[in-house]
Amino acid sequence: MYNQKVMDYFLKPINMGDMPDADGVGEVGNVVCGDVMHLFIRVGKNPAGKEVIADVKFKTLGCVAAIATSSIATELAKGKTLEQAMAMTNQDVVRELGGLPPVKVHCSVLAVDALKMAIYDYLKKQGRPIPEKLEKEAQRIRKDTENAEAHTHPHVE
Amino acid sequence: MEVYLDHAATTPIHPEVLVAMQPYFTEQFGNASSLHKWGREARKAVDLAREQIADKLNIMCREVIFTSGGTEANNWAIKGVAFTREASGLKGHIITQKTEHDCVLNACKWLESRGFAVTYLDVDEFGMVNPEDLKSAIRPETFLVTIMHANNEIGTVQPLKEIGQVIKTANPAILFHTDACQSFTKEPLNLKDLNLDLITINSHKIYGPKGVGALVVKQGTKLVPLLHGGGHEFGHRSGTINVHGIMGFGKAVSLASPEKNRHMQTLRDHLIKRVLAEIPGALLNGHPTQRLVNNTNFSFPGVEGEALLLRLDAHGIAASTGSACSSNTLEASHTMMAIGRKPELAHASIRMSLGWENTLEQMDYVVEVLKDEVKQLRSMSATWRRE
Ligand SMILES: Cc1ncc(COP(=O)(O)O)c(C=O)c1O
Ligand code: FES
Repeated sequence: MYNQKVMDYFLKPINMGDMPDADGVGEVGNVVCGDVMHLFIRVGKNPAGKEVIADVKFKTLGCVAAIATSSIATELAKGKTLEQAMAMTNQDVVRELGGLPPVKVHCSVLAVDALKMAIYDYLKKQGRPIPEKLEKEAQRIRKDTENAEAHTHPHVE
Repeated sequence: MEVYLDHAATTPIHPEVLVAMQPYFTEQFGNASSLHKWGREARKAVDLAREQIADKLNIMCREVIFTSGGTEANNWAIKGVAFTREASGLKGHIITQKTEHDCVLNACKWLESRGFAVTYLDVDEFGMVNPEDLKSAIRPETFLVTIMHANNEIGTVQPLKEIGQVIKTANPAILFHTDACQSFTKEPLNLKDLNLDLITINSHKIYGPKGVGALVVKQGTKLVPLLHGGGHEFGHRSGTINVHGIMGFGKAVSLASPEKNRHMQTLRDHLIKRVLAEIPGALLNGHPTQRLVNNTNFSFPGVEGEALLLRLDAHGIAASTGSACSSNTLEASHTMMAIGRKPELAHASIRMSLGWENTLEQMDYVVEVLKDEVKQLRSMSATWRRE
C-alpha cells in the first residue's frame, strides 16, 4: 500500500518532537478522520537578510501517511523563506514522497496546513500584517480543525 | 522473530491438512457425482469430511451443506429464509445485531431495500446482546433471528442459549441462525441445546483451506437455494463439489482439540495480563471473560491503530486494526462504534488473534515490542500527555 520512501519517513521520522521556545505554533486537526498535528517553527535570517524557517519540529497523532507527510513537510520547509514556505502545497509533499494511496492524500493536507498556521502565529505574535491569502487560508483551516474537534476528543488523560 | 497474530483473518493450512488434500488434486481428481471409480473415491472423501464435521457438531451428515465459505453460507441462510417468505407473498421482519460481520449486515440491508424490515439490536460496552432487548424486538411477523456466536474483532461470545430460549418461547416458528465462523471448534456449539436452526461455519479460520465452508441446516428447515443447477448437496446447493477443499476442511476439524484451545487461552490470558499491567492507559476491547479463546483487542490512547500496526509489522508481528485510517472508507469499525468507543479509541484499536503455533516466548516478545512502539508513537503524538 505504501511505498518504501513513505515507510522510511514513517519508521524514522525526521524533525519529530517539541520546541518549547518556538516562534510560531500551528495546531490543526483533520476533518476526515479526526487526527491532530502540532508544528513548531523557529524563524531566522538567511545571508541575504530574508526571514527563513531556521528550525521546525512536529508532533502528530495519525496514520502512517500523516506521520510520513508531517516529517517530509518539515524537511522541505527547513531553510525556505516564509514566502516560499507559505506557497508549499500538499501536492509538493505527496510528490516528494513518491505518491500516496488516493484515500490517504488528505493526510498530507494536515502538514502544509500546520506549517501555514505556524507562520500565521509567528506573524501575529510579531504584530505584523497577515497577507490576504494567508488570512483566508487560516480561516478555512480553523474551520476544518473545529469540525475535526467536534468529531473527536483529542485530549486524552 | 516473526509472529503471526492475525488468525481471526485467516490461518495457514496445517501440514496434515495439506497432506489430506493433496491426492484430490491429482490422482483422485474425480467428480463426486460420477459413478465410476474416480467419482466414487471423490464421493467417499466428501462423505468422510461431512461426517467429521457432523460429529463435531453432534448432528446428522445430511444437515451439513458445503458452500464456498462463510460469506456464502451467511448470505444463503438469510436470503434463503427470506425468499421462502417472498414465495408465499409475505415480507416480514428479521432481527440481528450491530456487531455482525459485514456479510450478515449487508445481506440484511439488501433485504431491507427489498421491503423486509430489519432490527439491528444494540450491544453493551462489552459487545453483548441483551436477550431482554431481543424479546421486546420480536414481532408477530418476525421470521428470522441471526446473531453471531463470537465476534471477529473483539471476540465477545454471545449468550446463544438464552437467546435461543427467548426466540422459541416467543414463537417456535422463528428460525434462529448463528454465524459461527470465529467460534467453530473453539467454543461448544450444539444445535439442539441452543435451539439453532442454521449455523454458518468455515474452514480458513481453523487451519483449513480458503473458499470452503458450510451451512448447517437443521432437518426440516425450509430454505430456498441461491445456486440452482444439478441439485448437488441434497438439492440445496448446486455446483461441482470442491472435493480437495472439503477434504481439507474435514481434516482441519478433526485436528482441533480442547488442548489446542487451552493453549491459545493460556497465551491470550498471558498477553492480556501483561499488556494491561505494563502499558499505561491500555484498554481491553470486548468482554473480560465471555471471550473467544484466541482473541485479544486493545486500544492504546494517543496512538493511531494503522501506525501501530505497521510499526509492529516492521518487527515481524502481524496484527490488525479497526482504525478508520486503515479502511478505504475512513470510517472506524462498526463494532468499535457499537460498543461505544469514542472515535479516538476506536482509531487506536489493535486486534491480535492467536493460533496453535504461537508460543509464550512470542507473547513476551510482542509485549516488549508493543511497550516500546506505543511509547515511541506517544512521544510523537500531538495529544498524548502523561499525567
Ligand atoms: C464472523 C465472520 N463471518 C463470516 C466471515 C466470512 O467468511 P469467508 O471468508 O469464509 O467468506 C468471516 C471471516 O472472514 C468472519 O470472521
Ligand atoms: S491521518 Fe487518518 S487517514 Fe491519515
